[in-house]
Amino acid sequence: MIVAGCDVGSLTAKAVILRDGKLAGSAVAAVSSSPEDSGRTVLGLAARQAGISVDDIATCVGTGYGRKNLPFAQTVESEIACHGRGAVWQAPEVRTVVDIGGQDAKAIKVDPEGKVVQYVYNDKCASGTGRFLEIIAEALDLQLEDLGEIAARSTQALTLSNQCVVFAETEIISLVNQGREIPDIIQALHQAVANRATSLARSIVLAPPVTLTGGVARNSGMFKAMGKALGMQLLRIEHPQINGAIGAALFAMDTVQRGTSCPTPGAVAG
Amino acid sequence: MPVAGCDVGSLTSKAVLMDRSRILASVIIKSKAKPWESATDVMNQALARARLTLGEIRYCVGTGYGREKIPFLSEALSEIACHGKGARWLLPSARTVIDIGGQDCKAIKLEKDGRIARFTANDKCASGTGRFLEVMARILGLELEELGERSARSRNPVTLASACTVWAQADVIQHWNDKVPIEDIAAGINHAMAARMAVLANSIGVEPDVCMTGGVSKNRGVLTALEKQLGTRIRRPTKGDPQLAGAIGAALFAQERIQGGGIR
Repeated sequence: MIVAGCDVGSLTAKAVILRDGKLAGSAVAAVSSSPEDSGRTVLGLAARQAGISVDDIATCVGTGYGRKNLPFAQTVESEIACHGRGAVWQAPEVRTVVDIGGQDAKAIKVDPEGKVVQYVYNDKCASGTGRFLEIIAEALDLQLEDLGEIAARSTQALTLSNQCVVFAETEIISLVNQGREIPDIIQALHQAVANRATSLARSIVLAPPVTLTGGVARNSGMFKAMGKALGMQLLRIEHPQINGAIGAALFAMDTVQRGTSCPTPGAVAG
Repeated sequence: MPVAGCDVGSLTSKAVLMDRSRILASVIIKSKAKPWESATDVMNQALARARLTLGEIRYCVGTGYGREKIPFLSEALSEIACHGKGARWLLPSARTVIDIGGQDCKAIKLEKDGRIARFTANDKCASGTGRFLEVMARILGLELEELGERSARSRNPVTLASACTVWAQADVIQHWNDKVPIEDIAAGINHAMAARMAVLANSIGVEPDVCMTGGVSKNRGVLTALEKQLGTRIRRPTKGDPQLAGAIGAALFAQERIQGGGIR
């Protein structure tokens, strides 16, 4: 049985193909102005990686910010539900998922089946979301995906005094003008984003182990900063960025199997 | 005996020279990189206008975010204290003062006798501060003053989806790309600004008369939008420039000091 999950976010679109409950293909692509085109493109890429045709997909579940605009998705699920489900499938011991997206952040408490117990969501303030990183990367003419590596070269601790993205941008530019090292500044940036996301997450009681999902989790500097902000070792899952799409694909499997439970947790291939 | 008040803010610096509650001279300049440079420059300009020298100033009170760095300071006092006092001088009937600075906003409630009853301030988030308007004006290619004028001609103000400056910025760009008339975007920006200020003001309870101070108070669009949000009239001070409120308050405290009065 072949099913798919498609997660169209504000910055990237993700698609996952599950064949008989195993990860057969996945893809990530930047979103274009049309969520539908973005979804179709990324789904096509994932299908090609899985060595199948898009027509072979029995059912596809959509999620993410652009989920309402995916005509090829039979049903849609909330991002909260998908991230919870995906994370527990990837690592059955996970009890809390912190997802930092391009324009939002969420903390989701889950039960052993991956069902959502409690969650908190922020899309009111850009601080604590991926947008903060993006704006600063742009201002300093750095690539978003290089930030983790750059921060790893930090030698001197530095703390930003501003939490607001707008104020922090000004602060960072003056730090650069004062001759502070870029790696130190980026490390401070990671900590600022992490602190903000953590103060949000703390409004629910976090059950360990906690994992970090979303594209931001691939940034080793952010991963480290989140661990520090939360005061605990985070659990690393193999596919943090496509986690929501994995969850969506698992829901797609449910609709095909009608009532059967999800496959063996932890069965992640390729 | 002349005294001085110097308010070194994030965007502008202000100096006021006073003698027996009369303004001798006042100057507003754009703040420089270093607060002490701003303070020296604005004070020298004010002194030149009043044909005075620094040596003739009996007492100088500093306020604003750069107040500790003012070189010729007799004493530094909080912005809340100075703005409350200055607003009261500008509008003696004021019971609520809403001050919008370049990077912060404050709401101050005054007792009948002018003492500060309650206050609240936001300097954590750019939303609801002058910075919000500055960012938006830049996107539209307008001067700050033009935002108010333009919005007055709006028929269909847009609604901005978020209070956050970052998200609202994306929203404004979207409206701009959709060829929405600039008047309607400007009005939407002023509404969003006023909504945020109203939240702050309502958190301490608004009591008339309401007085608005700070540079943003010169923006008619924001003022009108805020009046609508609060459901009350906002009085515009006639006795002086509302942007000078902090510096006026500082100078009034300086005067009390040389008269041997305590800080109230």
